[in-house]
Formats: sequence, structure tokens, C-alpha cells
Amino acid sequence: MADVAALNTAGVAADAVSKDLAGPRGARPRRAISRRNVFLYGTLFVISVYYLLPLYVMIVTSLKGMPEIRLGNVFSPPMEITFEPWVKAWAEACTGLNCDGLSRGFWNSVQITVPSVILSIAIASLNGYALANWRFKGADVFFTILIFGAFIPYQVMLYPMVIILREIGLYGSLSGLVLVHTIFGMPILTLLFRNYFTSLPEELFKAARVDGAGFWGIYFKIMLPMSLPIFVVALIIQITGIWNDFLFGVVYTRPESYPMTVQLNNIVNSVQGVKEYNVNMAATLLTGLVPLIVYFASGKLFVRGIAAGAVKG
Amino acid sequence: MTSIKAFLTATTVLAAATAVQAADLEVTHWWTSGGEAAAVAEFAKAFDATGNKWVDGAIAGGGNTARPIMISRITGGDPMGATQFNHGRQAEELVEAGLMRDLTDLAEQEGWRDIVKPASLLESCTLDGKIYCVPVNIHSWEWLWLSNKAFEDAGVPVPQNWDEFVAAAPALEKAGKVPLAVGGQPWQIHGVFRVLLISLAGADIYQKVYGEKDAEVAAGPEVAKIFKAADDARKMAAKSNVQDWNQATNLVITDQAGGQIMGDWAQGEFQVAGEVAGQDYTCLPALGVGQALETGGDAFYFPLLDDPEQAKAQEDLARVMLDPKVQVAFNLKKGSVPIRGDVDVNAANDCMKKGLTLLAEGQAVPSQEQLMSQDSINQINDLMAEFFSTPSMTAEEAQERFADIVGSAT
Amino acid sequence: MPQQRRPNQLFRNLHAKVAAIPMILTATIVFVGGTLWTVLYSFTSSGLLPRLNFVGLAQYERLWSTRRWLVSVENLAIFGVGKMVFALVIGFVLAALLDQKIRFENTFRTILLYPFALSFIVTGLVWQWILNPDFGVQSVVRGLGWESFSFDPLYNPDIVIYGILIAALWQTTGLVMCLMLAGLRGIDEDIWKAARVDGIPMWKTYLFIVIPMMRPVLITALVIIATAIVKVYDLVVAQTSGGPGIASEVPAKYVYDMMFSSQNLGQGFAASTMMLLSVLIVVIPWAYLEFGGRKRHG
Repeated sequence: MADVAALNTAGVAADAVSKDLAGPRGARPRRAISRRNVFLYGTLFVISVYYLLPLYVMIVTSLKGMPEIRLGNVFSPPMEITFEPWVKAWAEACTGLNCDGLSRGFWNSVQITVPSVILSIAIASLNGYALANWRFKGADVFFTILIFGAFIPYQVMLYPMVIILREIGLYGSLSGLVLVHTIFGMPILTLLFRNYFTSLPEELFKAARVDGAGFWGIYFKIMLPMSLPIFVVALIIQITGIWNDFLFGVVYTRPESYPMTVQLNNIVNSVQGVKEYNVNMAATLLTGLVPLIVYFASGKLFVRGIAAGAVKG
Repeated sequence: MTSIKAFLTATTVLAAATAVQAADLEVTHWWTSGGEAAAVAEFAKAFDATGNKWVDGAIAGGGNTARPIMISRITGGDPMGATQFNHGRQAEELVEAGLMRDLTDLAEQEGWRDIVKPASLLESCTLDGKIYCVPVNIHSWEWLWLSNKAFEDAGVPVPQNWDEFVAAAPALEKAGKVPLAVGGQPWQIHGVFRVLLISLAGADIYQKVYGEKDAEVAAGPEVAKIFKAADDARKMAAKSNVQDWNQATNLVITDQAGGQIMGDWAQGEFQVAGEVAGQDYTCLPALGVGQALETGGDAFYFPLLDDPEQAKAQEDLARVMLDPKVQVAFNLKKGSVPIRGDVDVNAANDCMKKGLTLLAEGQAVPSQEQLMSQDSINQINDLMAEFFSTPSMTAEEAQERFADIVGSAT
Repeated sequence: MPQQRRPNQLFRNLHAKVAAIPMILTATIVFVGGTLWTVLYSFTSSGLLPRLNFVGLAQYERLWSTRRWLVSVENLAIFGVGKMVFALVIGFVLAALLDQKIRFENTFRTILLYPFALSFIVTGLVWQWILNPDFGVQSVVRGLGWESFSFDPLYNPDIVIYGILIAALWQTTGLVMCLMLAGLRGIDEDIWKAARVDGIPMWKTYLFIVIPMMRPVLITALVIIATAIVKVYDLVVAQTSGGPGIASEVPAKYVYDMMFSSQNLGQGFAASTMMLLSVLIVVIPWAYLEFGGRKRHG
């Protein structure tokens, strides 16, 4: 009995070491007691169920037909799998006279998201770099204002932004919307970048200055190559944020460039007789797919980047 | 009438002939439910037939979601070609700021003052003697929709008035039905209250409270009776777990609920579901007891545009919307009453005919949007929503707060 | 023109200043300008369009005598405290669990973090549905034989704000967990060794040694959670639209409805001003602590 336990422990430990060289460094378990592990994995399992439940409900529901939805509860698996709700959500669902579902907004969302993400990250990273390494007089004041800005509800700024955009002649254009996303993404991103650049070893920066490198030289040759993780974090925050945005997309653009979320709102809020929950769920999943894919694809880098940006303040 | 028709045909031909002048016109609205979308398609069809192109800018979620977007667009200097508002005071300030197009010339040319009935509709579009909008339909709130089958299941006859309905509530509950379906959104609950007020207390009291904002009447015994009736209504609606008005209508259509108090637009949903008035469902205008109907409705406003071709298209659209044929086609689908007194309504069904008769005989009262600012209406909305969802709030308490709001209303 | 003797007043860090121009413009024009504009118009009777017809404090008097605003503030307080406490505690506990050299750490982390990729509207819809008494949790439990079971937070005015809290926590704790995990990984291994040598129990090590060392990460998490609390709007709209009645109204929704539905900009701006004021009360002391007197390299 004792032998078996020892064997297990050794196996687990070996496994952990080989798998995770740079892994957890927390409270190293003295021994992998199975009761402790049962508790640990049991808890994590239960929590995972709670976290996965809504996703499960969304997927299951989107595969059911309406009669089945009316009968059953939300958790029961579909008796007969149908992909019709997905087809309908993507290509057929109507709002008003337009019956082409979400497909209408997909490219618009891409067209909005790509430039907005690039511009907002480019500017915020420069801000962070200037704040961390080239602090000028008054920089802290502007940074504080930015942090304050992070708290301002978007609704409050809706009207001033309409006026600002009107005055600079960008109202209703894609560039205007890109500008809005850049402005409202700036506070949190700047905070992340500033903290990240502050955490980089100062010697690097000083050495480069001694070599005669200037502001831009150091940024492009030293800082950028070292900042992949934080750029991934910023990418993820911005892509999910901008892709999921409804308010700015609908207020600052015109119908021909409405993002996908506007169609999502229209599908979910247009009730034609009965609420078609299956189509709503399929539409929801389809809309969420892009950020989810981006997220899953870069999940590991995300944690690493956050670690670098958040810890050293 | 024939001359108008001839004129319209002429303009249609003219427009078709000079198709070069045609333009794409973006029209924003919040009509996205089944019946509403079918109705708006009639406008689009007729407008496209003039050689122009209707670019649909539907925004779901009702006026409160759509209006900020419309207002931002107009004030931001990037207006659409035409936009829906409830007529009344919603667009007043936009007009005052000179952002909306003056339609007076067109109206005189087309003789709108003669054809639009009741005249109060066009008055709501008028500011300082100039006309700024095109009313397209008459909606009245004062309707009780009843499911015949639900009452059959409960073993009671279909009620003919509000009191019978209240009396039938226990039987409905016993049969597992929700007696009164009410969507949870505040405007719907306020609607229920206002219908009770106009139908049970009469048009005079309504005018005093909503029109003259008389806080004493609002605190008085007549209105107290209405709050008692509203108390009945909230008990009957206690088990109604839906948000949207058409979900509540659907409870009636599927016989899960006894009835719903909702404007005549609910009729469009019954039609889409293939139900027949009198056979599957019963409609009681003014709750079967009153004589007055509110005559509110929707109107289209035309923002000032620089492009002459689009401006021309705006005129085409305004004409199309008032065309007799289009009026009938649109309103049949929408479940509302045409704004022209001179159109043929033989195609109208039982309920719409009842409404037309009542409008012809009874008193047509202005809608709340014509009498009160949206701000005050929303305050009452909130109060009513709170009253319905808070069983511990007494009718007296609610009335007291109602009178306060009325006293300070604008 | 700066004199040659003191070139570093204006030209010092010139490139940094140039690079920071977008930030300076955003901070001054949008955030400061927009805020001042909002405050100014909160003293007017502006309706649908902003107009400078001053009415003194009338908007504020009305604001604080409006029941819906009071309910909104109370809800925000409950929601804010609940979300802050639970998000930090749950986030930390989850991070500590994941930090126990477990297998499948990546899988668990992904599961806990994926809700962050979904918008609040989506989150609200799904949870509205799960919490719907007619087909959600309540009906399932009743279907299992417990007929009297009642769980309908979204339809009960007394607890509706907790129904919203459940959904909000589901969406946010994953991100907080990730931040915390990152913080834990930044703690030196030697600290743990020393604690173990001294025989300090694990929970005490966490509470008295590790957490104080995680101050920067805690502050980052705090800022992110706090901004989300103040801005909560979409979630409420998607889940309850503020109902039943006005039981789940929140300040951001009051602002939005006043500005665009009631067409009473003045009242909306008065409400925004109150919100911004309370944010300032928190941010200014923070900035003072963060930057006050302390000088760093540069």
C-alpha cells in the first residue's frame, strides 16, 4: 500500500517537473497526497462545470428546433440535432426588410476592428513607453486624467464625442469610429504598457542611450522586440472589446458599415411572434466566435503578458 | 380624391420617366416585429416603384434604442433621408434647431390639410404654422385582446367588458392561465394604466390629468378608482413573466393568457399567426365600456439634406406614404387605422371596423405623446413599473406620487 | 523662445512629448473637456439638444428626489461591493488552486477565462435564460421532484441585483484569476521555502506574506474591476432592462435613459456629474499616493 502511494507521488512529481519547467512556483506540495488531490481537482471540476454551463446551454440550445425548446428545459441535450438555427442566424434572420442575418455585418466588423486595434495599440504603446522611460514634466497629470477617463461611462461621452467628431468632420465615417475606439481604449492600454515598460531592466535603456540611440531608436530596436507578451494582451483586450462593441458602432457609423453586433441586437430584439431562442443562441455564438478563437489561440501568451504588465507597478 | 389619384399616378410616371433623378434614401425606423416589418415593406415597395431606392435602417429594440441613434445622426451632421418618430413632441427641438425639412409647400400642393383626419394629427406635425412631418397611421392604445379558447378552457363566457374580465380572473387562474398578460417594460404598464383611465374614467379626466396637468384631479377620487382598477390588473398580471409586448401578445395567441391590454398594433401579430377576429380572439375597444380612443401614431420626419436628388426623393417618399392605396395596404398589415378619411376600408377586418366606428362617433383624444413631454411620460412609466412589481406598494401611495409627477409635468 | 542656457525646459524629451501628443489631446480635449462640458450643461435645462439656459441646482434637486436614481445608487453600492469582494476573493482562491502544480492547468485556466471573451450583452442573455424560472434552473430542480423549489432572482425585485451579480462574476473572475496567478508566479520561490522552514501554515503564508507582496497586481485588478462596476450598463439591459419595475436600475442606465429616452440632457448630465465626482474622490487620492513626491528615472 505504502509502496503504491510512493510510486504515485514520484510519478506525479516527475511528470510535473518535465511538463512545467517555468511553471507554478507556489506552495510546493510536500507530498501528492491523494486526498488533497481529490479535494483540489474536485473543487476545480465543480467550478469548471459552473463556468462551462452557459456555453453548454448556448451550444445545446442552438442545435434544437423550436418545438423542442418549448417542451424541454435548457439543460437537456437535443433529441434531434438541427443546424437550421445557425444557417438562419448567419444568412436569413430579418430585421426590418433586410433578411440576410449576421453575414451582413461580418466584414464591417473586420473593417472596423483591424484598423482600430492597430491604431489604438500603436498609440497606447508609445504612451506607455514615453511615460515609463521618458517622463516629462506633467506626464503624471495626463496619466492620472487617463485613469480617471477609464471610469467615465461611455454613455456620458456619447454626446461630447458627437460634437467633437462633427467639428473635425469625421462624424459618420469609419475613421471617426476608429478614432473613438482609439480614444476609449487608451486608458487601460496605456496603464498596461506603462507598467510593462517600467518592469523591463533599466540597464538596457541606459546602455542604449550611451550608445547614442534616441527615442524612436530605442522604441523600435529595444522595446518592441522585447514586448511580444504585452502586445498579445493588448491585442486580445482590444479585439474582444472592439468586436463586441455595439454602442459606438451604431451611433458613430451609418447603416452600411454597422458592425455585426448591431445585427446581433436586431436578431435578438426583433421578435417575430415567438422568441426564437435557438437562433438567438446561434447568433450569439457566431458573433462571439472571432474573439473566442483569438483568445484560445493566444491563451498562453495572454497569461504571460498579463504577468509582465501587471506585477511590476 | 380622383384628382389626387390622378396626380399621384402622374408623379409616379414622371418619376419613372426621369429615373436619372432617382436616389437612394435611407429610412430609419424601429419597426421590426412580424406585423410591423410586413407593413414597412409596403412603404418600401411603393417607394421603390417610383424609381428611387429604399435603404432600410431598421434598429430593433424599440424607440428607446433607436432614438438616440437617430438623434446623434441628425445632430452629428450625417442625417438619414427620413426617420420615424412618434408624432407629438419627440422631434420638437430638432425642428426648432432647424435640422428638419419644412414640408409646408409640399403639404399645400398636395392638400394634406384636407385629407388628414383627424386634423390633430397634422397639428402635431406643425410648429409655428409650418408642417414638418408626415403622419402615417393612427394608433390607439385602448384595446383589450382576449383569447376565446382560454375562456373556453376556463369554462366561462368571453367577457364583454373590463368588469366581467376581472370577475373571470379566478376561473382563468384555476385553469392554469395567466389572466392578464403584461410585458415587463415600463411603457407597457403605463399603457395599461392609461387605458384604464381613458376607458373607465373618461376622456375629460384624461384631458385634465395629461393635458392640463391638473395635480388636484390626479389626486382626486376619480383617479383613485383607476388606481384600484390598476391594483386588480397587477394582481391579474402577477404571473406574467415576459418582457416584450409581442411576447405578451403571443401568450394570448397561444391561449396561455386570458387577455392583454395593448394598442391596436397587437392586431398585426394575431394576423401573422393566422388568427381570425371574432373566432379565435375578441377585441374590446375602450375595454368595452368607454367611448374615447387615443389617436396617436407614427410620423416620418425628413432631415434637411444638401443633395437635391435626395431632397427630391424625400418628396417622393412623403407622397407615397400618403397615397390612398399605400395607406390601406400599410395600415392593414400594421393593424392601425389610415390617416385619410377618404380611403376604402372594406378590406378592414372586424376589429379595425369597430375602431373606425368608434373614432367616427366617439371622442378622439390626443395621445400622451402629443400632450406630455417624454420626460414626464418616462417618470410615470417608472412609477407604474414600480407599482406593478412591488405588491407592498398601495394604490394610495402610488396615486400620491402620480399626482406629484403630474403637478410638475411639462 | 527658450534660451540656450536652459534647453531642457521645452526641448527636453521632445520626441517623447511629440509621441505623447495623442494622449495629451485625448486627456485634455476628450476627458477633461468632455467632463467640464458635462458639468456645465448639468446646470441647464437642456432637453433634446444642449442649450445654455441655466437653472442653477434644479437638476440636482430633482435627481436626488427621484426614486429611480436612489434605487440605482443603492443597487450600484450592493453590486459594487459584491463584485469587488467576490471577484477579488474568488479570483485569488482560484489562482491559488491553479498554482498548486496541478495537471491540466492550461485547460482549467482556459475554461475559467473564456467568458471574458464574450460581451456583456451575450453574458446577460445567457444568464437571463438560465435564471428564467420557466425553463432554467428552477424548472430543472422542480422537474427532479423538488416541487416547492424557488429560484427566480431576475423576477424578484428584492434579489434581482444578485442575479445580475452572478452573471457579472462569471464574466470577470477569470480575468482577475489570471492577474492573480501572474502575481503569484512573480513571488520568489525562496519566500515559500523560508516560510516552510519556519513552519508557518500555508494559509498564513498566503494571508500575511504573499498577499502584501502582490500589491501592484492587486491594484491593477482593483482598477479593472472598479471601472467595470461604474460602467455597468449592457449587462443590466440584456438581463432585466432594469426590471422588475425599477428594481435593477443602475446609474449608467439612468444617465442614458435621461439623455436619450426622456430627452432631458440636463438631468442626464447632472447624474453623470455625480458619477464622475464619486470617481474623482477615489482617483485623486490614488494618484497622490502613486506619484506624490516620488521621483523615478527618466
